[in-house]
Amino acid sequence: MAEILDTFFNIEILLRVLPFILEGLGMTLLLCAITVPIGLAGGLAVAWVWSLKKRYVNWALVVYVDFFRAFPPLVLLIFVYFGLPFVGVDLSPFAAVAIAFLLNASSYYGEIFRAGIESVPHGQWEAARASGLSRFQTMRYVVLPQATRNVLPDLIGNTLEVVKLTTIASVVALGELLHAARLAQSLVYNPTPIVAAALIYLALLWPAVRLLRHFEHRHLVAR
Amino acid sequence: MTSAEAVPPAPILELVALHKNFGPLKVLDGIDLAVRPRELVFVIGPSGSGKSTLLRCCNRLEEPDSGAVIVDGADIMRPGTDLNAVRQKIGMVFQSFNLYPHMTALGNVTLALRKVQGLARDAAEARGRAALAQVGLADKENSYPNALSGGQQQRVGIARALALGPKIVLFDEPTSALDPELVGSVLAVMRELKAAGMTMVVVSHELAFARAAADRVVFMEGGRIVEQGSPEAIFGNPREARTRAFVSRLSQGHG
Amino acid sequence: MDNGLERLVFAFFNAEIAAAWAPKILEGMWVTILVSLAVVATGLALGLALAALRAYRIGPVDVAIVAFVDILRALPPLVVIIILFFAFPYLDLPMSAFTATWLSLSLVLAAFAEEIWWAGILAVPRGQWEAARSTGLGFGATLGYVVLPQAVRMTVPPLVNRVIAVTKGTALGSVVALSEIVSQASSAASLAGNPTPLTLGAAAYLAIFVPVVVLGRWLETRFAWKR
Repeated sequence: MAEILDTFFNIEILLRVLPFILEGLGMTLLLCAITVPIGLAGGLAVAWVWSLKKRYVNWALVVYVDFFRAFPPLVLLIFVYFGLPFVGVDLSPFAAVAIAFLLNASSYYGEIFRAGIESVPHGQWEAARASGLSRFQTMRYVVLPQATRNVLPDLIGNTLEVVKLTTIASVVALGELLHAARLAQSLVYNPTPIVAAALIYLALLWPAVRLLRHFEHRHLVAR
Repeated sequence: MTSAEAVPPAPILELVALHKNFGPLKVLDGIDLAVRPRELVFVIGPSGSGKSTLLRCCNRLEEPDSGAVIVDGADIMRPGTDLNAVRQKIGMVFQSFNLYPHMTALGNVTLALRKVQGLARDAAEARGRAALAQVGLADKENSYPNALSGGQQQRVGIARALALGPKIVLFDEPTSALDPELVGSVLAVMRELKAAGMTMVVVSHELAFARAAADRVVFMEGGRIVEQGSPEAIFGNPREARTRAFVSRLSQGHG
Repeated sequence: MDNGLERLVFAFFNAEIAAAWAPKILEGMWVTILVSLAVVATGLALGLALAALRAYRIGPVDVAIVAFVDILRALPPLVVIIILFFAFPYLDLPMSAFTATWLSLSLVLAAFAEEIWWAGILAVPRGQWEAARSTGLGFGATLGYVVLPQAVRMTVPPLVNRVIAVTKGTALGSVVALSEIVSQASSAASLAGNPTPLTLGAAAYLAIFVPVVVLGRWLETRFAWKR
């Protein structure tokens, strides 16, 4: 037992690499602070365009959404980061991650917002428009608040996925938590840094998982 | 035991001093009831009087807190009782049908025949078809529940109980969830069953049916049996004031 | 403008390079399909077993299952893969890239599937249990023949989405040098000095997963639950 602890949770090593790990954590948090808002904004834009109900535009949206449902985000990132320089577009790792996440996350968030907007009864639109609100105002003040509440569990669930997905930034050498941990592990030749990173992810995301569980069960009781 | 003609026949179902509490609430407060072969016992009472719990204790879907439930001569409360075997003898029909939505009518009727009684598919289906024919649904064996009317669904529910060859069938408000025009078909099946000699315990508000078909009416309130007797006695000339009040309310409610 | 387009075509849609590297990408595709199928089979089987086990409501077992599910829902799949691949060798349990990827993603899928199916089991009305038990079916038979089939059917849409999301994660195997599509495509791209193999890799993913997404949409309508 002591031997296992010594290998996987070596305090001495942990203290040595901690500053490094914390720096990675900072980058992960920064990544989340960027990718989640752009994903949400992109998703809202997708849902807004969809709500205009232009037939061909909506077909294009289905293709867009299905395309990114079928496309692994890692492949997208590699394409953006390693592919674009060949045509003279040189991106920093950070910009590449931001673009990849905008495309990937906006399609998922877009689907969720679309379902939410669909769940709001048509009478809400009519009542708001009848009182003289514009399309945009109706969406902004009447429909979207209700839609968001209806799909809140899905929004949280997807945000959890986006946060977990920031780990792929390690592939383009962006110094986020996982990248820092792997680098530290190869330097000290001990898995403690990786275990520490895993524990940090767990501490960060476990509350979200519990919250989701709570929502899911309430949803079931409400049926 | 074989010379059943001489003495009154032994009850098929006998409840002795049955008690059941939900927390502080005494749902069953000392029930004694014996149901003899071929008898139709009709149970009435206000909602919350314990009627449904009474039925559900008979096959231990609900666990009684104390008392005895004697089915065909054996106390099924005794430890070591093979409940699943006992339940073959006690058919149950539910208010909300509870048909399996992912199976056809025949699938619903044959599931327990195959998985509990261990019949081969052919034999189970033959018996299942006979049971469906008995309730007038021979032509619906391949229909899924969502393609059947409420009345038809409930008749499949009855067929599911009959197919097992039970000695007694318990009906828990079998027509309460049905539109009025569909009630008749279910009651007709129950009347035929009675005529064929099936032993039945029925919890229901269908007073006309009780008058026509019941051998005995039991009035429950507050987890106790207040009064029991022939339909004529209970509906025409009840001894207890509470029975009279309930019966008159019920007959008004049903026109 | 013309020049730019030419450059783009030369870079990303270079027929010569595509022809040269296509066999490598096909090899990678085969590995991706193999891992994906293995993950789906193992993950769903384990998830179903856990959901069924949880229906028995045995206290300590419940706690263990919930902990397992919570942890694998909270951990990024890439972290799980890296722990299995880089950390387990320290226990003298070396894992091949294939095993690490397959096992990690199977565990992740099992966790999500267990949660989805357990929600489905809870959503099956009590009357279904009672009807089945009243005909003498035991607990296990009721669960197996009556409750699980309904639970599985009513949870097809979320499950399909989750299966797609997790199997797409096979691309993460490239991080531990599993020679699937991404590995093959990126090493080919750097060897050829041209990103066309990346285009091929992307096309390979679309070839695998677009049919799955379309199938998923079809399944959603096919199993839309009617009562």
